[in-house]
Amino acid sequence: MIRFIIRRLFAAFFVMLAVTIITFLLLGATGNQAARLAGRNATTAQIHLITLKYGFNKPIWVQYYKTMKNIFTGQAYSYQQSFNVITEVKHDYPATLSLAFGAGIIWLLISVLFGTLAAVYAGRLTDRVLTIVSMAGVSFPPFFLGAIFLYYLGYKLNWFPLSGYVSLNHPWQWFKHLVLPWATLSILFIGFYSRVLRSTILDNANEDYVRTAHAKGLTDGQVLRRHTLRNSMIPIISLWGLDMGQLLGGAAILTETVFGLQGVGELAYNAIQNLDVITIMVIVILTALAVVLLSAVVDILYALLDPRIRLA
Amino acid sequence: MATAEASATSFSDAGEAFESEGADLPPGVGPWKLAWRRLRRNKVALFFGGVFLVLVVLCLLAPVYSHDIAHTGPNTEAGLTATVKIGGKVKPVVSAQDIPIGPTWHSKYFFGADISGRDTAVRLLYGGRNSLEIGVVATMITMVLAVFLGVLAGFYRGWWDAVITRAADVIWAYPAVLLGITLGTVFATGGIGPIHGTFLLAPAIVVGIVYIPYVLKPVRAQVLQLREREFVDAARQQGLSNLQIMFRELLPNVASTIVVFIPLILANAILLEAGLSYLGAGVQPPNPSWGTMISEGISTIPVAFSNVLVPGIMLVLAVMSINIFGDGVRDALDPRAKVRIAR
Repeated sequence: MIRFIIRRLFAAFFVMLAVTIITFLLLGATGNQAARLAGRNATTAQIHLITLKYGFNKPIWVQYYKTMKNIFTGQAYSYQQSFNVITEVKHDYPATLSLAFGAGIIWLLISVLFGTLAAVYAGRLTDRVLTIVSMAGVSFPPFFLGAIFLYYLGYKLNWFPLSGYVSLNHPWQWFKHLVLPWATLSILFIGFYSRVLRSTILDNANEDYVRTAHAKGLTDGQVLRRHTLRNSMIPIISLWGLDMGQLLGGAAILTETVFGLQGVGELAYNAIQNLDVITIMVIVILTALAVVLLSAVVDILYALLDPRIRLA
Repeated sequence: MATAEASATSFSDAGEAFESEGADLPPGVGPWKLAWRRLRRNKVALFFGGVFLVLVVLCLLAPVYSHDIAHTGPNTEAGLTATVKIGGKVKPVVSAQDIPIGPTWHSKYFFGADISGRDTAVRLLYGGRNSLEIGVVATMITMVLAVFLGVLAGFYRGWWDAVITRAADVIWAYPAVLLGITLGTVFATGGIGPIHGTFLLAPAIVVGIVYIPYVLKPVRAQVLQLREREFVDAARQQGLSNLQIMFRELLPNVASTIVVFIPLILANAILLEAGLSYLGAGVQPPNPSWGTMISEGISTIPVAFSNVLVPGIMLVLAVMSINIFGDGVRDALDPRAKVRIAR
């Protein structure tokens, strides 16, 4: 068991290293960084000065090493915008955290509800309706859904504010600003998760242990709660962990931009637009870290819950 | 069904006996034919498959629409004082307060105009062509690469497998959108080699790469299982080379998994392309795509919401049709067709 954990964490570290190296190479390979920083109408002398100042003329691995060192000592300053990237990320994180966790809890609860209902009433009207709802949910891009919410509920009915993030210091405002983003993000995932749960429950329903449970005299509801649902939740939980990892790393960028929540997603987007290498590196490391760690945790949980997997 | 012929005494006699026994049996139907029959009975899936086909045809007819009906191109901006005659009244295309004309439901500016005076309907069809093209090319890239690499990794294991899975993990470690943006911006600003942002190929490659691990992992997992089966041993005994085993024995068995993935990847590819174009990292202006149209439309939300609604609805319709049809395909290929909670 311990060896399994160590192996997973080691693989995770290796993947992270590869991710940072590849990102750095990719960003460095696109044209002349110094020329871009100097802007239009720059003289050769200015470009040369910038090259010397930031060390663009040193070999690529020296640059990589220096960048990583700066990041880990907290001294990472963006070239373009002269802010300390670490401070900026810490400032933007609460918005992304609120969005991700709020939406995560909402969609988990609703998916379980919808998925179970669809499975229990499989083939009947409830199932068909829920399936169509799920299909629609997965087909709406978040920026379109967000725009619709903003227009009808925010602009026309004035129920919700139009943009921005308010910190937890003002709880009611914090909540009001997050309702629409939570709804937008959740609908996407509810569509997907409820269908996964539905098919997992239906798969499990034919297993022998379910038949045994019925034979023992448990009611349908008891079988569902005590056996089927528990086993069916395993893939759901692992998917949830992975998706949360991605969200925490900035995957909610489409939702964040539509609603103007200044979270990590928007920071990443602006950085990529400006090809701001330092900021991109920091966010990439953050994302990769979140995803890889969470996926390792999920794998370990999986092995803990299901003894068959431990031996693989 | 023992008959007198069953007591034949030589191999060739036994062969004849077997064949003549089998002659009275009805011809068998293969699993693909059965799946096709099941699909045909699924009216909903067929309906939405038809909807998607209609959308494709409409978008392919974009030049016809632009030429013969609307008499304007997707990128031709109307001048500052351009006017259009609708039902006898002359109206400015973009009013003095920067309000573009709404849907006119006539041949010109059927869905209205955008802020630069371009015909929304024409852009919708051309944009659809771009979005669908990119989606299809991306799907092909993903499927070909993922299947090829997945079979390779699953069959050879060892070093090949390690390298391929690690590479897939690295791609997988990025959230799809961020990876897409990074690659897309890299192509849009400088390009790598001959691939530049103005080509539509660039977003297609970006989207194609992003989804490779999604297909590669299940394919590889299935090949890992299949290679332990007896028919692989039998093929090896027959003298088939590794390559032949992979493509003649393993690949057909993975085929149903592949077929199930294709609509899924297509739907996600179209959505991802729309997202990337919305953020400016996909199709570059002035070329239209459903994503860029939505992004441009959002800036005029209060006065011309139709510019967001129209491309958005097309997008949702297209993706939803593919999803529902794909679901039907998956149900048709699943041998346990009618499943209910066991009682």
